[in-house]
Amino acid sequence: MNISDIIKPENKVYGKSRLLLDKEMHFCPGCSHGTIHKIIAETIEELAIQEQVIGISPVGCAVLAYDYIDIDWQEAAHGRAPALATAIKRLYPDKYVFTYQGDGDLASIGTGEIIHTCNRGDNVTVIFVNNAIYGMTGGQMAPTTLEGMKTATTPEGRSHISSGFPMKITEMIALLPGVVYATRQSVDTPAAERKAKKAMMKAFKSQTLKKGTSFIEFVATCSSGWKMSPTDANIWMKENMFPIYPPGDVKDEID
Amino acid sequence: MAVKGAIEVDVELCKGCGVCIVNCPTGTIALSKSVNGKGYSYSYMENPEKCTGCTNCAVVCPDTVITVYRVKI
Amino acid sequence: MAEKILLKGNEAIAIAAVRCGCDGYFGYPITPQSEILETLSEMNPEKDTGMIVLQAESEVAAINMLYGGAGCGKKVMTSSSSPGISLMTEGISYIAGAELPCVIVDVMRGGPGLGTIQPAQSDYFQITKGGGHGDYRTIVLAPASVQEMNDFVELSFDLAFKYRTPVVILSDGVIGQMMEKVELSPIKPRWTDEEIVKLHGSWAATGKTSGRKRNIVTSLDLDPHRQEMFNAKLQSKYREIERNEIRYKSLLCDDAEYLVVAYGLSARVSQKAMELARDEGIKVGLIRPVTLFPYPYEAIEAIVPRVKGILTVEMSAGQMVEDVSLAVRGKTPLYFHGRTGGMLPSPEDVLALIRSIANETYNPDSFPGHNRLWLR
Repeated sequence: MNISDIIKPENKVYGKSRLLLDKEMHFCPGCSHGTIHKIIAETIEELAIQEQVIGISPVGCAVLAYDYIDIDWQEAAHGRAPALATAIKRLYPDKYVFTYQGDGDLASIGTGEIIHTCNRGDNVTVIFVNNAIYGMTGGQMAPTTLEGMKTATTPEGRSHISSGFPMKITEMIALLPGVVYATRQSVDTPAAERKAKKAMMKAFKSQTLKKGTSFIEFVATCSSGWKMSPTDANIWMKENMFPIYPPGDVKDEID
Repeated sequence: MAVKGAIEVDVELCKGCGVCIVNCPTGTIALSKSVNGKGYSYSYMENPEKCTGCTNCAVVCPDTVITVYRVKI
Repeated sequence: MAEKILLKGNEAIAIAAVRCGCDGYFGYPITPQSEILETLSEMNPEKDTGMIVLQAESEVAAINMLYGGAGCGKKVMTSSSSPGISLMTEGISYIAGAELPCVIVDVMRGGPGLGTIQPAQSDYFQITKGGGHGDYRTIVLAPASVQEMNDFVELSFDLAFKYRTPVVILSDGVIGQMMEKVELSPIKPRWTDEEIVKLHGSWAATGKTSGRKRNIVTSLDLDPHRQEMFNAKLQSKYREIERNEIRYKSLLCDDAEYLVVAYGLSARVSQKAMELARDEGIKVGLIRPVTLFPYPYEAIEAIVPRVKGILTVEMSAGQMVEDVSLAVRGKTPLYFHGRTGGMLPSPEDVLALIRSIANETYNPDSFPGHNRLWLR
């Protein structure tokens, strides 16, 4: 059978979501952000909620998320996306509102806003991408940086004596009664990606139940910041990040 | 029933990260020796006869440059 | 006869917001303006008009809630006092950069730092010159009565949406706390979501409906050429505001030999001093800027050739006086009297100052507070 006999529209089993715009993503090769963007686009497309979604992009590598997914967006100041989300959801209770935030944005400068949005149980979805490093500014330490991990601002490796411990944000968030769903996912393998997609669908759907905040952490790679190849970064993540940030549901009170 | 698959890679948008290659269960995909307009090697079907159209490569592709086709034979 | 009730300035702001169809108020308690949040919480307008009232976890969160609400086309408002406004300033810069309409009330107290909870006018520079990073301005309205606290809320929303820019009502602890009779504004319904799409669908993030491009609310553009073009667009908007929106009150300026320039509470004090001076035969006029941006430079400039001296009175160590000096340009002596730290100027002191200027015995050391012959 010739390849040209297989590559026909009627045989297509997987292609780009129509919500993903044609613009080439600025992310480095292998960056988890691209895969997570894809999951969001597919989720919104499959739920057929494009007209009801307002996304809030962060400051950091994902600041230009609005260039890639074909929905209405607001771009927040560093760490403040949850405050925007609270207001938008209060003013439009029937829209779907989500924030997309990195570890510098959510776990460092924006800790106040994320805690309080989750504590109010605002019916929004928070997508938290944790790659344990600041990507956009050039690889500095994040609150989620592992102990011993070398970054531009911890050249000898992070030490808890001077810089504290890696923050387990999702476990902290799950303690808040306002949070209905808190889960940790990854996108390094097809199985993980498919599981993450299910979690994303669940998180978005839960907004209609008005039971509280849904929170998805993605343990992610930053091969540029970590100074390794994308495939090595996935292996390193499994070996070093997963023991501290184990994938799986931390809290599920949706049903 | 056996299946036969094929992938189509948007060569100019591929960044050659190789994530699809390590996640291909049949060893279909490899990185090109030549480079695209941006200077990246890109993924291609080195062993097209092995492709089953399982979509694993496409789901993990961060740049969503892979389209997957499958037929039953 | 329209409804008239006795209200505190802060209460008037709250009631006016509900009556003019405000969609959301997001605030954080700080003296001397907490009555705005308290009054709105007490009114609970959500059950009547659907207006959302939310106590934020900080001023930083409150101003970013404003960004979110404004970004989807809603009429949103916050209020604070000086230290809280400092915290909000990052957000105001973003809101100006994203060209969003919103209303911010600053009931000023004395600084710097924690300063005092007593009234002041020392946020003038911060509010009228932008305040945060980048080249932006906000429209600034300065009420001098509880009635104006009421009236300026609806006016602020109108201006905010007309120019898609933040508008600041720059008040102070006295105007916020004092009680006067107020004629309330007529009740206007809130915009429906359909009306918002119709009015603001070209820019507001309300959900991308088919047939239009996605709306992106952002202040970011990494391309220097486009960023400069955007800055030029912002500046031309500010020039348009300067052409259209200058507001001031001029009192007894026609025959004036001396002019007092003051805004807000200082203008009320100065008006009393002016009346006392006129009783003594000293011909004094008063200009009260109502908009502090855009500033009524030309109104002052027009009077300069006719007067022997100008006195600026403020509750600061000398801020608006710099704008007055731009209008005066050294063509007549410019004097400054300021009180700080929560102290208020008194009509008696202002009168004594005017008298000493008129009889050429002016000595800055003989008056309380900050006194200077600002510009000879």
